Amino acid sequence: MSPVFQGMLTIIIGVGGCVGYFYFSNMLLDKVIFPAKGPNTGRNINRANQVRPWLFLFPAMFALGLYLAYPVVGSFWRSLFDRSGANFIGLGNYIDLFGEGTFRTAVMNNLLWVLFVPAMATFLGLLVAQLTDRLSWGNIAKSLIFMPMAISFVGASLIWKFVYSANPDIGIINSIRDSMGLTVLDPLQVRFWNNFFLMFILVWIQTGFAMVILSAALRGIPEETIEAAIIDGANAFQVFFKIKVPQIMGTIVVVWTTITILVLKVFDIVYTMTGGNFGTHILPSYMMTYMFRDDGRATAVAFVIMLLVLPVMIWNIRQARNEMR
Amino acid sequence: MDNIAGQNQGSKLAVNITVIILVLLWLLPTIGLFVSSFRDRDQISNSGWWQAPFAVDLNFRARVAADGAREENGTFILEGNVFADPSLSGRFPDATGVVAAYGTRAVDPAEFPAGEVSELRGGGTVVVNRDGSYRIESPEEVTRGPTLYFEARTPPRFTLANYDTVLRADGMDRAFINTLTVTIPATIIPILIAAFAAYALAWMDFPGRGLLIAAVVGLLVVPLQLALVPLLTLHTNIGIGQSFLGIWLAHTGFGLPLAVYLLRNYMVGLPRDIIESAKVDGATDFQIFVRIILPLSFPALASFAIFQFLWTWNDLLVAKVFLPSGAESQVMTVKIADDLLGSRGGDWGILATAAFVSIAVPLVVFFTMQRYLVRGLLAGSVK
Repeated sequence: MSPVFQGMLTIIIGVGGCVGYFYFSNMLLDKVIFPAKGPNTGRNINRANQVRPWLFLFPAMFALGLYLAYPVVGSFWRSLFDRSGANFIGLGNYIDLFGEGTFRTAVMNNLLWVLFVPAMATFLGLLVAQLTDRLSWGNIAKSLIFMPMAISFVGASLIWKFVYSANPDIGIINSIRDSMGLTVLDPLQVRFWNNFFLMFILVWIQTGFAMVILSAALRGIPEETIEAAIIDGANAFQVFFKIKVPQIMGTIVVVWTTITILVLKVFDIVYTMTGGNFGTHILPSYMMTYMFRDDGRATAVAFVIMLLVLPVMIWNIRQARNEMR
Repeated sequence: MDNIAGQNQGSKLAVNITVIILVLLWLLPTIGLFVSSFRDRDQISNSGWWQAPFAVDLNFRARVAADGAREENGTFILEGNVFADPSLSGRFPDATGVVAAYGTRAVDPAEFPAGEVSELRGGGTVVVNRDGSYRIESPEEVTRGPTLYFEARTPPRFTLANYDTVLRADGMDRAFINTLTVTIPATIIPILIAAFAAYALAWMDFPGRGLLIAAVVGLLVVPLQLALVPLLTLHTNIGIGQSFLGIWLAHTGFGLPLAVYLLRNYMVGLPRDIIESAKVDGATDFQIFVRIILPLSFPALASFAIFQFLWTWNDLLVAKVFLPSGAESQVMTVKIADDLLGSRGGDWGILATAAFVSIAVPLVVFFTMQRYLVRGLLAGSVK
């Protein structure tokens, strides 16, 4: 059976199944289990209404539980076993990992990524949002800077492979170096700094995201506060840093944490650009070197990533609960 | 209201220039890829894409046939034109061109400027003129024609040959269809499941609602990496294994937290009056959902659909783990990262074209649906 046909069948079964499930389960509830007639009409309606939310929630909760909640526990449990999965070795995988030089490099690099990418993307996003705010062609500029959001990490990596290429006839950086009489070099093989060249690809992708949200936040600032500051003699920089930025601090933090979480997921860039060579591994890419080879180690690396995400996760949940109050 | 302070022309200019530089920095790499995908392989390796509109000097090789030699006063003379070589007919269809330099050795194809007479290694002399005509003089009979190398200015050439190669020979057409096959069910199914759940979380009263919403927010940030090993094991155990069905289920699961979160945030903001008056008129929850909530939530549904579409289309990780690695089920990202980068690593034209084929659809979706995308982003992040 061709995958295209299989795909169409899945859409029909999936969509039909979902609609059918919701429709018939509701009908079953209202007509058969708690019918709204007979001696207990009132009680039956109330009971049906108590059960109904769970009918609506069940498919989503089931999928969320199975595909996201269970793996947290499942991964941790698997990481306590050796490669074959038969022998319990406690924290053996973690101890071995911390003994590996590459793993320590990956952790250090990942910390660099988590510090640099969100900071840089938020900063550039804020800069563009502010600069384009009163520009006649601001919307076009924003649209173009937002564009990399649509491009896959693999596609973006290829785009930047061209820019970084060591061949002066391909890479624009080396072409400029060449014309200035400097020696040609491969940026991706320059130890330590190559990490930043890779990070910049993600900054390039994420700046648009930061810009869109911060731009909306800047527009939401009440104009009276800005007018008052200007009348009091504040210059453009003072207005920006002392009036605007403090008022959108909450949004800046949201943007920052959202990008932080993304950074901890992205393995594509390192995988495509260097394959982790030249000291550029980060945890997600390092995990893929164990995937399909040693599930114990792979899940251990994944759990280390989870530990890094945990503070952001807790902060997010607290934030969401505050909003609901 | 910055202009109240009387912004001067200078700072306005500075702002314009800064934004232009940033936009160029953001745009140029992609343009480079786009231009490269239409360029000839030889041209790519001889000049940067920023020189694409200009002519480049390329090296060619022409074989001189020995059978046309004639004898004059004891010297053998061989005359002809390098552009007439049949192997060059594709490059110089009318057999004319301009020779900048020529040589007789492959290691130094541009040793002598055009028009200068040089010694042949086997004795005798050779000259190649600017118009491509050559004259070889030799004291002995020429039995084997020498090979001439020359450098000629070639006009910029843009071709669709790369697209032809990528789509047919490299199997990108198959990968494109595979990507579509993965993407469409993986976009539609989570929307439906999430919409019902979001309605329940937004408009139905039941104990534990707050806790469930917090759980969804928490799951929003669970790293995908955690899910890979346990779920692949699970899929293998229940007989799904690595397959399209497996990846549809995986994408559905991974997309749900964002879908539920976005849709709930939107539905909560719908006017309470409409829903309550529908209830008073005797509508059931199912009817309210289908007739009122779904149509009103269209903007939120559209923005999530775009997110999920872009995410699944661009995904590499889930496809690598949940799909078999054979060519018949490779999606485009996997094809590029695992296949083309390895086998076609140095062939920049092919790489550029493959990348452009894979980003074309998301770019079209992005530019046509940008409005919904922005709205979705704002609903998710700013409250």
